[in-house]
Formats: sequence, C-alpha cells, structure tokens
Amino acid sequence: MADKKFEPLIVGILCNWCSYAGADLAGTSRFKYPENIKIIRVMCSGRVDPLFVIKAFKEGADGVLVSGCHPGDCHYIDGNIKAMRRETLLSKLLEDLGIEKERFKLTWVSASEGEKFVEIVEEMTNTLRELGPLNLEGGEKIV
Amino acid sequence: MAENIGVYVCHCGSNIAAVVDCEKIAQAASEWDNVVIARDYKYMCSDPGQNLIKKDIEEYGLTRVVVASCSPRMHEPTFRKTLEEAGLNGYLLEMANIREHCSWVSKDKEAATEKAIALTRGAVRRVVLHQPIKEREVPVNKATLVVGGGIAGIQAALQIANAGYPVYLVEKKPSIGGHMAQFDKTFPTLDCAACILTPKMVDVDRNQNIKLFTCSEVVEVDGYVGNFKVKVRKKPRYVDEEACTGCGDCESACVMKNRIPSEFEVGLGKRSAVYIPFPQAVPLKAAVDEENCLYLKKGKCKQSCVDACQREAIDFEQREEIVELEVGAIILATGFEIFDPSVGPQWGYGIYDNVITGLQFERITNASGPTGGKVLLKDGSEPKKVAILHCIGSRDENYNKYCSRVCCMSSVKFAHLVKEKTDAEVYEFYIDMRTFGKQYEEFYNRVQEEGVHFIRGKGAEVTEIGGELTVRAEDSLLGVYREIPVDLVILNTALVPCSDSEKVSQIFGVSRAESGFFLESHIKLDPISTTNQGIYLAGCCQSPKDIPDTVAQGSAAAAGALAAIATGKVTTSPISASVNEDICSGCKTCLNMCAYKAITFDENKKVAEINEAVCKGCGTCAATCPSGAITNSHFTTEQIFAQIEGVCENG
Ligand SMILES: Cc1cc2nc3c(=O)[nH]c(=O)nc-3n(C[C@H](O)[C@H](O)[C@H](O)COP(=O)(O)OP(=O)(O)OC[C@H]3O[C@@H](n4cnc5c(N)ncnc54)[C@H](O)[C@@H]3O)c2cc1C
Ligand code: FES
Repeated sequence: MADKKFEPLIVGILCNWCSYAGADLAGTSRFKYPENIKIIRVMCSGRVDPLFVIKAFKEGADGVLVSGCHPGDCHYIDGNIKAMRRETLLSKLLEDLGIEKERFKLTWVSASEGEKFVEIVEEMTNTLRELGPLNLEGGEKIV
Repeated sequence: MAENIGVYVCHCGSNIAAVVDCEKIAQAASEWDNVVIARDYKYMCSDPGQNLIKKDIEEYGLTRVVVASCSPRMHEPTFRKTLEEAGLNGYLLEMANIREHCSWVSKDKEAATEKAIALTRGAVRRVVLHQPIKEREVPVNKATLVVGGGIAGIQAALQIANAGYPVYLVEKKPSIGGHMAQFDKTFPTLDCAACILTPKMVDVDRNQNIKLFTCSEVVEVDGYVGNFKVKVRKKPRYVDEEACTGCGDCESACVMKNRIPSEFEVGLGKRSAVYIPFPQAVPLKAAVDEENCLYLKKGKCKQSCVDACQREAIDFEQREEIVELEVGAIILATGFEIFDPSVGPQWGYGIYDNVITGLQFERITNASGPTGGKVLLKDGSEPKKVAILHCIGSRDENYNKYCSRVCCMSSVKFAHLVKEKTDAEVYEFYIDMRTFGKQYEEFYNRVQEEGVHFIRGKGAEVTEIGGELTVRAEDSLLGVYREIPVDLVILNTALVPCSDSEKVSQIFGVSRAESGFFLESHIKLDPISTTNQGIYLAGCCQSPKDIPDTVAQGSAAAAGALAAIATGKVTTSPISASVNEDICSGCKTCLNMCAYKAITFDENKKVAEINEAVCKGCGTCAATCPSGAITNSHFTTEQIFAQIEGVCENG
C-alpha cells in the first residue's frame, strides 16, 4: 500500500472544444473533484505529441490524462482519431520506459459531459494513490 | 530572454476568493522570474480591473500579461482587447483558469490554492515564449444558408432577405412550415396557427432574395466562416415545379388514393402517392412519394396521374441533383421530433384506439383535419370524459430528463379546445404546472375557470377496465391513488431531437448536448452561436421552446449572420501551422495528417508547404512531424513544455 499522504500529480492535456469545455462545465456545475489534476489546453487532441506525455512524466507527473472529443465529433474532423492511432505507439513507449499503463489515459469527454470528466479524474486519482509515486529511473535520458 | 510580466489574480467576487487565497498566489508570483508586478483584485474583467492592467503596461513597461481568473473560453477575448488597447499584441496574454478548473471544483482550500499557484506558474512560464500574432481577417460571402423551414428557419430567412441579402432555405420535406403548420390554435392567445403562419410562408415563396430548396438536404459542408462551400442533395419531386399549379388533379387520380397514411395528419388521415402535403403548402406543388408510388417502385402502374395533369407536370425522369452553394453563414433550424409513446406500453399507445398524442389531437381539432375539426372518438361518437397526460417522455429518468417546456401550456390549450367543442369532463394529470411565459398564467387561470379538473400527479398507467379506458395516477395533493375512467386519452409527448441529429451535427461540425439537441456556444450569453464560427442555431434544434422564443431566436440568429455581412469581414483565429524548410526532411508524413488538405508537397524544394488560409490550426501535423519541422503557432512545443514544467514544479 502506498503512503497515505501521497497525493499524485496528474497533468491533463485537453482539447479546447470538447474536453476543456467539459471540464469548464464541471466547474460551472460546481461538481467537486480532487485537486490533483492540472489542466493544459491544446486546440485538438491531435496536437498531443507523445513527447508532451513523456515530458510531463519527466517533470514529475504521476499520471497523464489526454482527452478529446468523441470519435466523429472532433472540431477538426478527425484529430482525435489520429490521437487514438498514436496511443498504441505511446503505450509501447511507456512500457519500455517502465511506466505502468495505469499512469496514462486517453479519454473522450464532450462539452456536455462535466459529470463524466469528474468521474474520470476521481477514478484516475484513486488509481494513482494506490499505485504510488512514479519512479522514473534514468528518466533524464529520454527527452 | 527577459520579459516584463504582469500577473493579475482575480477574486471574481467570492467565486474564486472564497476557496483560493488570491493574495497568496500574487505573493508567490511576484517572486518568479520575469514577473515585475503581481496583483490581486476583486473583478479583473471590470473596467477598473482592465484599467489596472493598461496602467501597468505603461508604467512598468510590461511585455507579457497573465490573468489568473475564469476560463479563457469566457474572457480571453476581453483581456486580449485590454492588451491591444494598451498597445500590446493580444496574443502576449495567457490565462490561468483558477475558477472553473480550480475554485469551483475544489473543497480543500489549501490544496486549491496550491493548485491555483501551479496553474498560474504554468501560464507565466508559457507566456514568456508567446509571440505576437496578427488576427486574420477574411471577406464574408453575403449569402446565408438556412437549414430547416419551420417557423424558426422562416423567421431567420425572412429577416435576412428583408435586409436585402440572399438566402438559401433548405427544407427536407416537400413543404416548409414545420410543426406549426399542423396546429389548430396556438397558446396563449388562441390565434389560429395557419392564419399567422401562412402569410409568412407565402412571403418566403415570394421573396426575391430567398431561393427555396424543398425535398432537399445538406450533405457536405466545407470551408470556414465567411466562406462555406455547401453541397445540397435535391431529391427528385417527379413533378415539374414550374409547370405544376397545385390543382390536385393528380392526387385525385392516383391509384393509391386514400391508401397511404399521411405524415401531416400524423397517421389519422390517408393520402395518395402523388400528393400536396396540406392545403397551405409552400411551394404549393405536388410531389411523388418514391416509397409508395407503384410506378417508381414496381414499374407497373397505369399512370393515371400523368393523364390527369393537363400541364404535363409529372416527370418520372427526374433524378437526384447535387447543388453547390457558397455562403458566408449558416443557420441551423432543424427543429424537433415527437417522442414515440409506444415505447412505453404503460401508456397504452398503439394498444387502445382512443389513446392519441398531442400532435394527433392538433389534427383532430383542426377544421382541415381528418374529422373536420370535430373532437371525436375512433367510432365517430363524441367523448364524454377526456384525460390529458403531461410529461410523457419528459422529466422522466427512463426517457428524457429535461422538461419539454411547451407541454403544460399545450395541454391547457387542448383542455380549452375540448371544452369548447364538446360537453366532456376534462382531467389534466400534471407533475407541476409550468406556465412561465407572457400571458401564460392568465390563460391557465381562464381554463381553470372553465371547469377543467387539474389533478397533481403523473398519469402512470392507461389500462382498460371493463371495456373502459382508465387512467391511474397518484394524486399528490390529496395523497390518494386514483383511477379515472375516460373515453379519450391525450398523451402530451416530449419534444425530442431529430433522429438524424447526430449525422447533421457531424456534417456541420457542431456539438450536441447530453439531451441530443445542438449545443450552443454559451447557455446564457450566447445561445445562438455554436463553437463552429459562422454557424448559428435557431428554434427547437437547440432545445424545446415555444413559438415566441423560437421566433426570437430566429431573429437573433439572423442578426448574427447579418453582423458579418454588414461589415463584409470577420476575424478568424490566426492560429495555424507552418513548415521550417530547413528542417523538413521531405518525408511526407504530414500530408495524410491534414483533414483539410492544407499541406502540399513542393516537388522542387522537396519540402512540405502549408496553405495558411486553409489551415485551421489544430496542430495535428505538428504532433506527427518526425523532424519537428512544423510549428503550431500559439501552441508550440516549447510553449507547452514550458507550461508543463510550470504546473509540475514542486508538484
Ligand atoms: C403538440 C404541440 C403543440 C404545440 N403548441 C404550441 C402553441 O400552441 N404555442 C406555441 O408557442 N408553441 C407550441 N408548440 C411548440 C412549437 O411547435 C415550436 O415552438 C415550433 O414548432 C418550433 O419551430 P422550429 O422551426 O424550431 O421546429 P419545427 O417546427 O420542427 O421545424 C423544423 C423544420 O426543419 C425541417 N428539417 C428537419 N431536419 C432537417 C434537415 N436535416 N434538413 C432540412 N430540413 C430539416 C423539418 O422538416 C421542419 O420543417 C407546440 C408543440 C407541440 C409538439
Ligand atoms: S477538437 Fe477535440 S479532439 Fe479534436
């Protein structure tokens, strides 16, 4: 069991049109979720270079959440599909680096799914609390 | 690189300050590199708040500004303007979202303050690397596309056309008019629906600036605000619109006469395979229904319609056509559909003859309807007891959570009409009465005085006991369970999103709310725009609403389109991607990444090239370039890295 006091740091990279707006809606609706996630905005989930994810881990994140519009709903037609295709490569990369798969999540949250966003953040925070801090050995070498 | 950054932390009254220690953020920020001034203030977006920034830009020679406040989706344009007014490029601003993403979602004040500090630090690190960007101005095509010819689309189209600009109105049915054309009277004033709608429909037909496409649907939308390219599929009507006079001779001659359930009569009346949808149809032209025409379906029919038409208007050679249009703005006004109550057997719809929907009642009570306006049972006799059930499929966890907004009022209207036309007792089963509009409560009071029984309790079940229809409900005022025998049940069903709304939302690139209705840009402050610039919403496609609100939104959407037309130009997001020729290895990986075909390959230089006018700035290509040759402006890798470093530090 991880130390009770351990609070994971999660970096959330969200697309402007759906997921960032969904997170805004969670706020407007005053839903509460753990403070662990820090959100960064990109225009589209397709913008998320696998290096962003690695960078976040290298800077001390214990988990990274990437979220975009549902397939078919991307503001730029299919950037999210491209993000999805990259996920395979990224997961492999993370595995090679010894980063547990629970530490990275790609989800689809629409602008009206404030509640779903809260559930995802809660679940991820709890999983990471259990999993404990990321130990990135030799992490300096990768970027 | 040394910059002079000003950091401004907003209290937003108590919205932020009640949970997050704003002073502490400013204090922390004042110690970071490049920050020359950090302040906290009650309302940054107010005039004094903005002036504070402007004054500091001058006094401290600020070169970058960070505002820690609400979501950038709310006030980024506001603060960009503040910077511009003080002579700084608006893109030298970065916002930290410490309200929606922090104070409003956090319980633990200390953790929330730490989080807000981290978000602000991320913004400060990022803004150092910002570059000034010039907004793009694009010319606006003066034509507008309106999709859907219900009262919302009619209102919007007329407003724009009357201002002197061209409108293309695309309606999927053979006539415009939408649901309103099916009604008898309209609440609260009981105006006859046709009397107030028909003149507007005729105006559309006559207006030189409106080009009407019926039996048509939009199949593809390309381009961007000011310059959309639209493909419309015009289905064959099999009737030459120029030649047809709407006399109806073909209709009477059709072999299938009185054999096909009429959509307009909601299944209560029958029509022919070649038909005019209703007497006031616009355009007043016949159309052949492909699915039911014997000749089109089986190739075998004596074609009596062709013989009957003296104008030789019937044309079975007509084929589908794709029409290409160029427009500057698009207004979606595709309306709603009626909830199908047969999905819930408890309501008895489709099981018992005398259980009908509200829309069917509209036809029954309409003078041009199947009973000539008489309220009659299936067997032709007059009902003695009528039940009207509210909220069928609305405010119901099993079907739709939302309130359909118009049903309380239309139920009251139905009660009045039954009372006016028969001697029947009328029972209304409601959860709460919602009579919110102008003159609505007064109308409700009037109908109460007419002797209608209002029972507070949802009609839970319709059964037949001893050959008699019976409505079961829990009367929550009396606290008793009641069973009321009646002979006619009117189910006032929910207004639901059109069944093709998902497809339509994808064609136009707009989002849908949880309910399935199209999503507006801001629920309160901008209920007419979508997140796709240049595409507006009007009427029930955004959410259920009554005719007054629909008309108001139709006009508002028209005003949105007209604003761009009047200035002749709009500013669009200048965020785009560009290729550094020196780094590009010519691998062509990016070419397949672009959904807009903005990237081409220069065979001479052997490098990729991005057409900025076509690029929308999503950054997908930048994320894929193996050599890092593509820069996504305002979302550069360096900027995002800096922000990640900022939010993670001490994390
Ligand atoms: C039973 C009933 C009674 C009512 N009574 C009243 C009343 O008395 N007073 C009142 O104020 N309100 C009343 N209302 C509400 C009223 O119906 C709506 O406010 C109004 O009809 C909304 O108009 P609209 O143009 O948004 O939608 P609609 O009337 O649904 O029109 C939409 C139009 O768009 C077309 N369309 C749909 N999809 C497409 C597409 N993909 N491409 C092209 N065209 C498309 C449709 O064919 C239709 O013509 C009542 C509603 C119901 C259900
Ligand atoms: S814009 Fe949301 S995933 Fe592309």
